[in-house]
Amino acid sequence: MPKFESIDHLREYRRQLIAKRDPNQSQVLVCAGPGCLPMGSEEVAAAFREEFEKNGLGAKVLLKECGCHGLCAGAVRVLIRPQEITYQQVTPGDVPEIVEKTLKEGQVVERLVYEDLHTHEKAAYKGEIPFFKGQMPIVLRKLDVIDPTSLDDYLAMGGYRGLRKALLEMKPDDIIDAIDKSGLRGRGGGGFPTGRKWRICQDVEDEPKFIICNGDEGDPGAFMDRAVMEGDPHAVLEGMIIGAYAIGASKGYIYVRHEYPLAVSRLQLAIEQARESGFLGKNILRSGFDFDIKISRGAGAFVCGEETALIHSMEGNIGEPSPRPPYPAQSGLFGKPTVINNVETWANVPEIINLGADWYAAIGTEKSKGTKVFSLVGAVNQTGLVEVPMGTTLRQIVYDLGGGIKGDRDFKAVQTGGPSGGCIPAQFLDLPVDYDSLQSVGSIMGSGGMIVMDTTSCMVDVARYFINFLYEESCGKCTPCREGLKNLLFILDEIIHGRGSEEHLALMEELCGTMATASICGLGKSAVNPIRSTMKYFKDEYLAHIRDKKCHALVCRPLLKYTIDPETCTGCLACVRECPVGAISGKKKMAQELDQELCVKCGLCYEACQFEAVKVE
Amino acid sequence: MVWKISDETAFDTLGEEVRLTINGIPIRAPQNQSLLVTARANGFEIPTLCYHRDLPSEGQCRLCVVEIGEHPHTQIVNSCTYPTSPGLVVQTHSEKVMQARRIVLELLLARTPKAKLIQELAAAHGVYESRFKTDDPEELCILCGLCVRTCREVVGVSAISMKGRTPDKQVATPFLEKSPACIGCGSCAFICPTNVIPYTEKNGVRTIWGRDFELQACTVCGNYIEPKYQLEHWAKITGDPVETFFVCKDCR
Repeated sequence: MPKFESIDHLREYRRQLIAKRDPNQSQVLVCAGPGCLPMGSEEVAAAFREEFEKNGLGAKVLLKECGCHGLCAGAVRVLIRPQEITYQQVTPGDVPEIVEKTLKEGQVVERLVYEDLHTHEKAAYKGEIPFFKGQMPIVLRKLDVIDPTSLDDYLAMGGYRGLRKALLEMKPDDIIDAIDKSGLRGRGGGGFPTGRKWRICQDVEDEPKFIICNGDEGDPGAFMDRAVMEGDPHAVLEGMIIGAYAIGASKGYIYVRHEYPLAVSRLQLAIEQARESGFLGKNILRSGFDFDIKISRGAGAFVCGEETALIHSMEGNIGEPSPRPPYPAQSGLFGKPTVINNVETWANVPEIINLGADWYAAIGTEKSKGTKVFSLVGAVNQTGLVEVPMGTTLRQIVYDLGGGIKGDRDFKAVQTGGPSGGCIPAQFLDLPVDYDSLQSVGSIMGSGGMIVMDTTSCMVDVARYFINFLYEESCGKCTPCREGLKNLLFILDEIIHGRGSEEHLALMEELCGTMATASICGLGKSAVNPIRSTMKYFKDEYLAHIRDKKCHALVCRPLLKYTIDPETCTGCLACVRECPVGAISGKKKMAQELDQELCVKCGLCYEACQFEAVKVE
Repeated sequence: MVWKISDETAFDTLGEEVRLTINGIPIRAPQNQSLLVTARANGFEIPTLCYHRDLPSEGQCRLCVVEIGEHPHTQIVNSCTYPTSPGLVVQTHSEKVMQARRIVLELLLARTPKAKLIQELAAAHGVYESRFKTDDPEELCILCGLCVRTCREVVGVSAISMKGRTPDKQVATPFLEKSPACIGCGSCAFICPTNVIPYTEKNGVRTIWGRDFELQACTVCGNYIEPKYQLEHWAKITGDPVETFFVCKDCR
């Protein structure tokens, strides 16, 4: 890798790089994203390597382990280019057949291709699969094409073209104007206009200035930022370098959680490559601009995703938020002006600079521009990472991309924005998703988690799950969040155990009101969303728990009642053998009886019964 | 980095005089002075638990909240760190503010049912009993952090800090062991609004945070002055010989 001495040098290198590459080169791209890696990507890649050797294909076919391909439900995924054939659920055992049929003979291995769940139509090519058709990848564009450890791959895909343009053609003010005009808003959840944030920081007369990339993604079920950091680390760096040039920062930090070791090592490698090639360090591309990036690892506190807490954590202090103002853009890291943006925000920046603010502003809704990456998880058929234009409806995301609800059950709710988001019911399925529309129905964009729930979910239990998560993660600094979450959890537990009352609901409402206004940071302020939204849209479920002492979704164990129907019971004693507390008794080949006093409601008898004689309500 | 805006330190950052209104009354105050100081200086009482004029405010207790802005775009902020700015509209006792204070006090009353200060403040806000859950009826700590800040900012040793998260958070020495940094000065116990930091003095020995500190007797009158460690700390920061401090205040 050469050290680029000038912008022309970079352009020439890229030209040669692209000229050298054959667009019809056979490539096998094995997904090594967060979903596929634990399912055995490395083994599949090793099998390909071995098979190539056997068949003497090593020189002809290029093998890459790349970032997330998106459709995690089909892990391990393999993409064959240039035909764009995708295979799913590939195991090392399938590899010889793929090599033999597809790579040698150009045929499709039918049994490994995508099959529509409803129509049973098969689709071998990426462009034919509905999951990919409805998407508009900007941030995820390069993930399934490039080798994340190769700077050449990134350059060949147009990487650092945004930086080149920024340094060559634009003044810092022009860059901020462009970001402002593009309408880009913070992708970490708050949705603050990025251009405005940069402008505030640029205007502060204090040196040095800092840039921080927030990679402390901690929402349960979310892996958008992880996928980007692992799959396209240079995009994050390029965005940060452009941002630093715009606001006049000399130093940048990427705050990554320690639980993402692969993201840390990929970013570290990318930083070293960027330094070697002259994209980082002194006098970047001979422009006279100095900037360097370091990685700072978080120890795993959810609250450290909050910008002021993150800064305290980086300074070596306790990771607790502090009241704003001052905002980090005025007084952030070590008291100096600091721009802090999320991974996805930074990854958008090079594309905006490269393709122009107008191009970006044309995508999305009136107040929310561009695309958003969501991690679509839960009760959908096709879980995975999706990137759609702002304004795409929930129905499109859940049904068209997600392939509908598992087991053809009914949709109940979708929870957006991580643990402190709200649960959106079916009546809002046609809601175009953007920052403001989500807020209007009591939820938040958050960083883009999207958990789909079907009728087997109990909304009281769901609220309890998220409140418990937040209770454990509350830093405990301010009274409303610390004591409030404890009491919300206590009340929900009372309701789940059949000890709830309607006064409890009123008290929760009151408590939520104060937590939402008087907490220090976003954690406490938005922690009320799961409760408020479920109490608003699923009040009947709360009332069923309180008045009838029933959980209709059969989730809240203390409210369940198991009985044995004497008519259907054959006396096979299968349940008796399973019962851990000896609550079932009776003679062999006679109807059994269940002692309600002893029953611990574990449900083992229900599962053991072959004759559906054990009833639950 | 703590943004210092207490009376003591605010002067560095204070700007020109600005006009704002508090509870409908036009006020003049230096820009960037905290709303709490501004309101109190103008006779508007705002209750606080974690505020101290000599310490940087961190906004823990949320009792000093006020409502800023004009209907319908108002916002609840804590007045101890929120700076004055031209044209700011502030309400110190609006319905929203009072509701927040009542709930905060009700939560604290459940946390520390026997703390006198909380009982009195709650009663002053019409809260006589709490609908919330009490875990430990003997608990007295309200986690205001005054002790931690005093130890760090005034004493300058940081012998204690907050440990853990959630309501189980507690003020503690590192690893709950005897802290070698502690000088036994007792400032933490002195500043504590609910008197929860145990502290004894017997036969020339002060015991605090699990450590015994030998007290220095005055070389003139023989009365105990302070722990030897503390006098050594004074000697270190002033550069004077430690013997300078072996004479008590009365005998000097």
